[in-house]
Amino acid sequence: MIHKHDLLIVGAGLAGLRAGVETSKYHDVAILSKLFPTRSHSGAAQGGIAAALGNEEHDTVEWHIFDSVKGSDYLGDQDAITMMCSEAPDAIYELEHMGVPFSRTKDGKIAQRQFGGHTKEVKDEQGNIKRLPVIRACYAADRTGHVLLHTLYEQCVKNNVRFYSEYFVLSLIIRDGVCRGLTAFNLRDGQIHTFHAKAVMFGTGGYGRAFRVTSNAYANSGDGVAIAFRAGIPLEDMEFVQFHPTGLYPLGILVTEGARGEGGYLKNRNGDRFMKEYAPTVMELAPRDMVTRSIQTEINEGRGIDGKDFVNLDLTHIGAAKLKERLPEITGFAKTYAGIDPVKQPIPILPTAHYSMGGIPVTLKGEVLADEKGNTVTGFYAAGECACVSVHGANRLGTNSLLDAVIHGRRTGKTLVEFLRTAELSPMPEDAEDNDKKIFADLYDTKKGENCDKIRVRLKEEMMNKCGVFRNEKDLNSMLDTIHELKSMYKNVAMMDKSKVFNTEMQEIFELRNLLEFSDAIVTGALARQECRGAHWRTDHPTRDDVNWLKHSIAFKTEKGIELKYKPVIITKYQPQERKY
Amino acid sequence: MKVTLNIRRFNPEKDEKPYRKDYEIDVPETFRILDCLDKVKWDIDGELAYRRSCSHGICGSDAMMINGKNMLACQVLVKDFKKKYITIDPIPSLPVIKDLIVNMDSFFKKYEVVKPYLISKEQPPVKERLQSQADRELIDEAVNCILCGACSASCPSLWSNENYLGPAAMLKAYRFIFDSRDDAADERLDIVDTTDGLWRCHTIFNCVEVCPKEINLTWHISQMKKKCAMREL
Ligand SMILES: Cc1cc2nc3c(=O)[nH]c(=O)nc-3n(C[C@H](O)[C@H](O)[C@H](O)COP(=O)(O)OP(=O)(O)OC[C@H]3O[C@@H](n4cnc5c(N)ncnc54)[C@H](O)[C@@H]3O)c2cc1C
Ligand code: SF4
Ligand code: FES
Repeated sequence: MIHKHDLLIVGAGLAGLRAGVETSKYHDVAILSKLFPTRSHSGAAQGGIAAALGNEEHDTVEWHIFDSVKGSDYLGDQDAITMMCSEAPDAIYELEHMGVPFSRTKDGKIAQRQFGGHTKEVKDEQGNIKRLPVIRACYAADRTGHVLLHTLYEQCVKNNVRFYSEYFVLSLIIRDGVCRGLTAFNLRDGQIHTFHAKAVMFGTGGYGRAFRVTSNAYANSGDGVAIAFRAGIPLEDMEFVQFHPTGLYPLGILVTEGARGEGGYLKNRNGDRFMKEYAPTVMELAPRDMVTRSIQTEINEGRGIDGKDFVNLDLTHIGAAKLKERLPEITGFAKTYAGIDPVKQPIPILPTAHYSMGGIPVTLKGEVLADEKGNTVTGFYAAGECACVSVHGANRLGTNSLLDAVIHGRRTGKTLVEFLRTAELSPMPEDAEDNDKKIFADLYDTKKGENCDKIRVRLKEEMMNKCGVFRNEKDLNSMLDTIHELKSMYKNVAMMDKSKVFNTEMQEIFELRNLLEFSDAIVTGALARQECRGAHWRTDHPTRDDVNWLKHSIAFKTEKGIELKYKPVIITKYQPQERKY
Repeated sequence: MKVTLNIRRFNPEKDEKPYRKDYEIDVPETFRILDCLDKVKWDIDGELAYRRSCSHGICGSDAMMINGKNMLACQVLVKDFKKKYITIDPIPSLPVIKDLIVNMDSFFKKYEVVKPYLISKEQPPVKERLQSQADRELIDEAVNCILCGACSASCPSLWSNENYLGPAAMLKAYRFIFDSRDDAADERLDIVDTTDGLWRCHTIFNCVEVCPKEINLTWHISQMKKKCAMREL
């Protein structure tokens, strides 16, 4: 079946919906999502969204820019960061106007709170400039992502956006450098559908599901990133995967940074606040990547609780009243999933795969780049966690990614409004569905073969151990071998379910294909990058190396395997310095 | 720990009518029911169909009836059940598509009926509109709804009259009617102040009992009833 629209947006998280709101006023827009829109993982974001509103204390856009550059370990592009931080206040007011129920200050403004890495400049008595935490994260209790997601969906309903929910996108159709549409399978009828359009935008989210322990939803299997890669689009900075320090043991469900912000302690098996060994001044409030490495070191050296792979996050001294008021959601998680009451007992935590800094390379306007030289693909756009602008560089600051999704969803939307005014529909090739049809036929034909789950479990387990918080050449090489082995096993994967309607097993098989595809790019990038920067830590190359590695990696899928090229980081104002807090 | 899941199965391509089947699995007691379903799907029968995503009670995908009560499969653990024979059914009153997957179209249509978006007749200021903490408090519970459908699917009034808007749509109406920034309270009250609206709620409290976000739906509905009564004075 063929569907025609001016614009196809894939993904109904913050990025996709924000672009939908922008474009649906002027053009015929359809949003495809493998989940019902409000089920998207943006809804899981707890802490907040950054903007220098200065509602609680004096703050400036310039400080936000500086913090983001420094937080990125100087790999973020400074033109992009400047643009994002400058547009942030206006974008937040706009969200409020759409109806987002932010928490409020005493005088009725949008409420804000502190978050790691966000600072203000203050002069001490000697006139030296110091950086202290600033109140910059706009929030709605610990449910910020949920209210943003719902409000943007409501606006799309108001604008009569056409939704194709529970459609799983399979392939992009790009011919002669022009994107013409895509193919998707409808979970309800199990059929392949072709979508023909003047432009396609991806807002398909992150890919934490490649790791055993993750805060990410089942849906975060990096489909968009892998689909683009297969269609010949390069991927940028894939080696940078953020591990959040505090995932609830053993599943990795997120325990917000706010828990340490409210005064929580990290303790090892001896009851020591071990952060004093790693970051004696800021202790538990050191930046994410540093805290994560400290926890992992404690675990690796046998100081996890009972020698196991977790340490404790102790909130017992904070008191029942404050926990109830400030951290209700995570108090509930601890009770439900760990069976412990944080008022009385410490919470067992471990680092959890959380955020993907890399992704599909785009311009500041959301146009997808075809190479490292700046050429673009006509008619293909991306925004949100699946894209790399790059505003997060090697390590993203908390609350900057919801902002990224909203700002770039909006910017890409504006670009598309203009593009669609003059764009024509390029012809759809006859053979658009052929490849997917063949894959379908094979899956329905195969009687016996490899088990999808076994392949996936091994991938996740080994990615965690060999390409996780600490990396080295030997492990990464061995991981590459594993991926190649798993890829060949995948070729013989067998599907038990032979029905059409809601064949969720088939969906999992396609997701596994995507996990294998982009994991290869992560590991290849990590192996090549012989330095430590932000979230990428090589124990065999233990320092940052600006001379050789202050550059973005761009991975291309070729016949011979993955080929890496590089492009310079855009530095406008802030020269790289040592990253100390 | 040995657990038996007794699951209501139905594949429209093979089965004339639904049937029940036992699955015995060995799992840690800290497994969520969702993990147990995964275990069945991955080890025993890949055909088993259910929705899921976030796995921690925030996306609203996996409402189902577990031991006769609607809940999120990702929000209950094996050890929360005394008896290790656990029945699992799709949430009632919506058409079953396959196994635990129901067709939620009517649920979302009712959501759309109440105009689920902020309607403001004034030009917004350059910065944010102001809202007092007390006004924000009025909608604090209502904005937490994750549209899982557990409440509406547990409502006897809805079982007996499928046109009833149901508690979830009602709660959405409340969320905007009581938002100090919204100017369309009357429009929405006209929609809910009908026989298929507010007045079909007979305060049975099933919805309140099952809501995974612990939202007191009946209270919210009663506030709108009051508002309607005031309007008529
Ligand atoms: C637990 C948690 C807490 C977080 N807290 C914060 C926070 O406090 N502040 C902050 O700034 N950031 C936070 N983040 C990060 C932030 O939430 C995400 O980066 C952001 O929401 C991503 O938005 P998105 O629109 O790019 O993607 P998503 O919201 O993930 O949406 C992806 C969409 O793509 C669709 N999709 C994917 N693949 C396909 C396919 N093959 N076919 C069809 N559709 C597809 C999905 O259905 C979905 O609709 C948090 C992340 C997590 C995991
Ligand atoms: S009110 Fe509660 S039970 Fe009803 S849809 Fe919302 S979250 Fe689910
Ligand atoms: S999987 Fe998201 S609520 Fe259960």
